[in-house]
Amino acid sequence: MRRDRLLIRSIQLGLFASVFAAWYLATQSGVRRLLLPPPELVWREMQVLWSSGRLWSAAVVTLNEIWQAYSIAVVAGVAVGFMVSRSRALVRIFEPVLTGMFAVPLTLFFPLFVVFFGIGPESKVAYAATQCFFPIALNTIAGFASVDDLYLRASRAMGASSLAQFRYIYLPAALPITVTGLRIGFFICIAAVLGAETLAALNGIGKSIALAAELMETARLYAWIAYVVTVSVTLNLLALAAEQRGDEE
Amino acid sequence: MSAMQVRLIRLSLIVFLLALWELYARFVSTSSLVAGPSDVALAWWPKVMGDPGVRLAVLATLVELVIAFALSVVFGMLIGILVGLSNLGRRSVYPVVLLLYGIPQAIMLPLFVLMFGIGPAVKIAFGFSHGIFPVIVNTLAGMRNVNKLLVSGAAAMGASRAQQVRYVIFPNMVATVFAGLRLAMTLTLLGVVLAEIFVSQGGIGFYTLAYSETFNPSALMALVLTLALMAIALNELVRLIEARFSRWRE
Repeated sequence: MRRDRLLIRSIQLGLFASVFAAWYLATQSGVRRLLLPPPELVWREMQVLWSSGRLWSAAVVTLNEIWQAYSIAVVAGVAVGFMVSRSRALVRIFEPVLTGMFAVPLTLFFPLFVVFFGIGPESKVAYAATQCFFPIALNTIAGFASVDDLYLRASRAMGASSLAQFRYIYLPAALPITVTGLRIGFFICIAAVLGAETLAALNGIGKSIALAAELMETARLYAWIAYVVTVSVTLNLLALAAEQRGDEE
Repeated sequence: MSAMQVRLIRLSLIVFLLALWELYARFVSTSSLVAGPSDVALAWWPKVMGDPGVRLAVLATLVELVIAFALSVVFGMLIGILVGLSNLGRRSVYPVVLLLYGIPQAIMLPLFVLMFGIGPAVKIAFGFSHGIFPVIVNTLAGMRNVNKLLVSGAAAMGASRAQQVRYVIFPNMVATVFAGLRLAMTLTLLGVVLAEIFVSQGGIGFYTLAYSETFNPSALMALVLTLALMAIALNELVRLIEARFSRWRE
């Protein structure tokens, strides 16, 4: 088992290294620099973005939008999900509607958000909040609907108050599924904000990326992408590790 | 409560919301940005869908979507099956694919435009890069979920490797793979639409931009809702095909 894991890690490292090698060799053998700048140039641009403060001023805008959109979606999603889950009839009426709406790509509606909320941060917040509301609400419904009736009846028979029922039965039963929804929603929120910024914005990371491409500053474009990829991979690894830890408990 | 009642309540809820929206647009709102359902319906024909340019743009998006989806399915399943055949391959590649899947791809869009230009190619490529990941992930997951006992049972009865794949592994993968295909359809559409809106020189992106800039919300909503209905129809199509392939379970 140990040796297996070592082999797997080395295959993964090999994949990673061969991508970089291919990138380096391609730039050496005369692929157009405009499309694929050499790695060292991208590295230099990354340092420039870091030290000139441009990275931070864009990141502050984007992080602010993500934070606002996510807070709105969490509050609205959990509240709606919880209220719908209160009765079987409500679940049967609303759950398919929410699932159906979640399946429609909301990106189609992005131009409407820009018309209503303007090109500033508001349209990104509203768009991202709408997009990640659905997985949060749906998983909250699934979580609270998954509570076994037997436990409820037993606790009632033993004289538990509704507050105690909530604390000792509903919450532990619903939490894992709801948290999964919160995690999915978080990553959708990040993607939605960045996507919206790329499409139409005044400021932020997505806008900076679109601008670098427009000005044909490809090395800077790759540098921005490298930053976002690094952050996203780190966040995903953390989420994965947290999940595995949760499974083991 | 019967299924019929549930459906009736749901329907009347939707009608109620539409009526509320109409009343708001007509009597309360003073903003020219709010268009009621009746305005949208009136704009749908002839202004939006009566325009041959719009019809062509919608058709082009549909063709791009179908090509990107077909490419995602073929290459995604190919990669998924090739990697999933060996235990080692699956365990080393699966986490890498998951991490790549987690990257918000929208940030690559400007790069795609640099590489593929502003024609249909960039929309197909961007749709493909969105659609292929759920197909790979769910093909791999589907192969892992096949009961080992069934496979070794078939092998013991003398089934060749090809027969095992055709008669045991493949039918058992259907549910998981189709869940991936439905997701891939949604994501492919997301990729195509993102590219369409980003490249606003022609196609749907041009019209959405034109309608937004001339503050014509009813036309914009009519176009957007047409595309949304198209997305729902395609989703249902995938679901029907899935039902066809899952018939053996009954």
